[in-house]
Amino acid sequence: MQPPFDILPALLRGVWVTLELTFAAACLAFVISFVVGFGRMSKHLPLKILAAAYTEFFRGTSLLVQLFWVYFVLPLLHVNLTALQSGILILGLHFGAYGSEVVRSAMMAIAVGQTEAGIVLNMKRSQIRWRIILPQAFMIMIPTFGNNLIELLKATALVSLITLKDLMFQGTMIQNTTMRTTETFGLVLMIYFCLAYPLTLGVRWIERRITVGRA
Amino acid sequence: MWDWSFTIAILPELLKALKITLSATVVAYFLACVLGLLIAMVKRTTWKLVVYAVSGVVEFIRSTPILAQLYFVFYVFPKFGLTLTPFVAGVLTIGVHYSTYLSEVYRAGIDAVPVGQWEAASVLNFSRARIWLTIIIPQAIPPIVPVLGNYLIALLKETPLLSAITLVEVLETAKIIGDNSFRYLEPITLVGLIFLVLSYLLSLLVQQIHAKLS
Amino acid sequence: MEKQNDAVKGRPIVRYHKIAKVFGDQQVLTDIDLDIFPGEKVALIGPSGSGKTTLGRLLVTLERPTSGTIEVNGELLWHKSVNGQLLPADEKHLRRVRGQIGLVFQQFNLFPHMSILQNVMEAPVHVLGMSKGEAKEQATAMLNKVGLGHKLESYPRQLSGGQQQRVAIARALVMRPKVMVFDEVTSALDPEMVGEVLAVLKEIAAEGNMTMLLITHEMAFAREVADRVIFMDGKIVEQGSPNDIFVNPQNPRTNAFLSRFRQA
Repeated sequence: MQPPFDILPALLRGVWVTLELTFAAACLAFVISFVVGFGRMSKHLPLKILAAAYTEFFRGTSLLVQLFWVYFVLPLLHVNLTALQSGILILGLHFGAYGSEVVRSAMMAIAVGQTEAGIVLNMKRSQIRWRIILPQAFMIMIPTFGNNLIELLKATALVSLITLKDLMFQGTMIQNTTMRTTETFGLVLMIYFCLAYPLTLGVRWIERRITVGRA
Repeated sequence: MWDWSFTIAILPELLKALKITLSATVVAYFLACVLGLLIAMVKRTTWKLVVYAVSGVVEFIRSTPILAQLYFVFYVFPKFGLTLTPFVAGVLTIGVHYSTYLSEVYRAGIDAVPVGQWEAASVLNFSRARIWLTIIIPQAIPPIVPVLGNYLIALLKETPLLSAITLVEVLETAKIIGDNSFRYLEPITLVGLIFLVLSYLLSLLVQQIHAKLS
Repeated sequence: MEKQNDAVKGRPIVRYHKIAKVFGDQQVLTDIDLDIFPGEKVALIGPSGSGKTTLGRLLVTLERPTSGTIEVNGELLWHKSVNGQLLPADEKHLRRVRGQIGLVFQQFNLFPHMSILQNVMEAPVHVLGMSKGEAKEQATAMLNKVGLGHKLESYPRQLSGGQQQRVAIARALVMRPKVMVFDEVTSALDPEMVGEVLAVLKEIAAEGNMTMLLITHEMAFAREVADRVIFMDGKIVEQGSPNDIFVNPQNPRTNAFLSRFRQA
């Protein structure tokens, strides 16, 4: 391949890691969003406080600080995670904290009348939550989850700083060895754009569909 | 495990580095606020070509990681004769990145101003600039203050990224302390706690300002 | 057409005893004693804020009484009697007793993510444990009854307000409650749709065996359908046959309230 595209294969190996990381962290974050989001709406006070503390902690401390903590401090406590495991764990926990807010506010946005209708039909609390509120709230969550997924994809670049060989890491490595700074970092930016922008368009398309459905 | 005397010994150094973190936050946020408003205003003009160009750049910036942008600004710009210090490159990149978020916030605020306000101002024969400055902006901003405030807190937490372009802010200081002493637990934990406290204080500040405005 | 209270006999199916309800610093209901008998059609009338909706909501446990007791079919709703002491009832008890009551809301509150048929089938399947086939049969029959058998696969947003309210009525009736509360079911409707909903209510009333608590502003309808009319304003001001209340009210407040409707 002609320059600048001769460096593409190396960058694409990094793309694979970036996508792997994004997918795994998104799955973890999705599960945590619901577990913690439901925890925050629980009637059980200790559970509620625990969930709120979790959210505040992961939203209040910087993502990079969290990554460094896992990378530098955990081994001292004899917990040894690979860079990939650390990345998945922290990104999942971090974006799960944001996701729990999405879950909670969407569930609370469903009109009280829906819960009341469930009570009057003598449904159980859990049935009302899972069969009445959640399906409606989920439609509200989708666009925000989509935006968070884009933020997550962008945030994966940080794992290059804990030596995980993602797209960003490959970029800095190539730059270091070839000194072809402009091409390398230019291509890295463009590849990230090609990964993230379709997601943006997808989210907008879904948003329009949902709005049309409501009208 | 946790060494308290070491903690106390390194605290002044971390707090000194915190000044860099805070000034980067303030400067980048100021840039984001001003540029974000300009973007929102430009997008409402009728100059089609400019609107498309600005929208395209905004989409691109929003769709790529800040870290990749930081490397580009810090390492590529000098090739074209523009050498920036880590601090300037950092606040410029983060400021511009966040201005694209803030432009959306401003847009929502401006959209919420009733059309009648524009019409009333036009009837009074105000100039375009005067309408913006005295009628629209004063009404558009107060309702969005909480959201603007949340972005300040988010921006603060991006600043550790600047360590990647060799700015010795608070996280980089912690890492240097760790590299020299082989103790990472205290410095990095402390940095986390510092961010937690700062985020909390800022959220209180935002709440107060919002309460005063409404 | 006048109905007499001769349907009223035997043990009351609903009994409010010394019920009070306070919201914050506002006393909404004071000292309510009210017996409703099986098959009886009771109309609750009164100005807005008079507590009549609250009275209905207490019966389906959407509100908790501040003091007093409610019995349904001889059983305490909000309390359990343990060794002669009244203790707050648990969720299981509430669900069992509440199962005998149905309620239709002013705002319909249909489930927007379900088709009309699913709306009506939901509770029979998941609360009563009915098979899907049987629930579908019963739901379809009930929707036919309210004149919406041709809309089974539609979604609530595709229906007019009057149609949505008829679905809500079918959804409540399919649970075979002993008592139905209709909470201002025509108040949120455009005037031209009030008639179709009232027609359905009249049909249910004409079948005779359903106990109905009608919270309403439709005086002509109350007069036609009810066995007993209660005028309330925080407490029960006056009650009697429709004739007593509408033609010959004894209390000046009842008279003042009704005069507004007479002029209209």
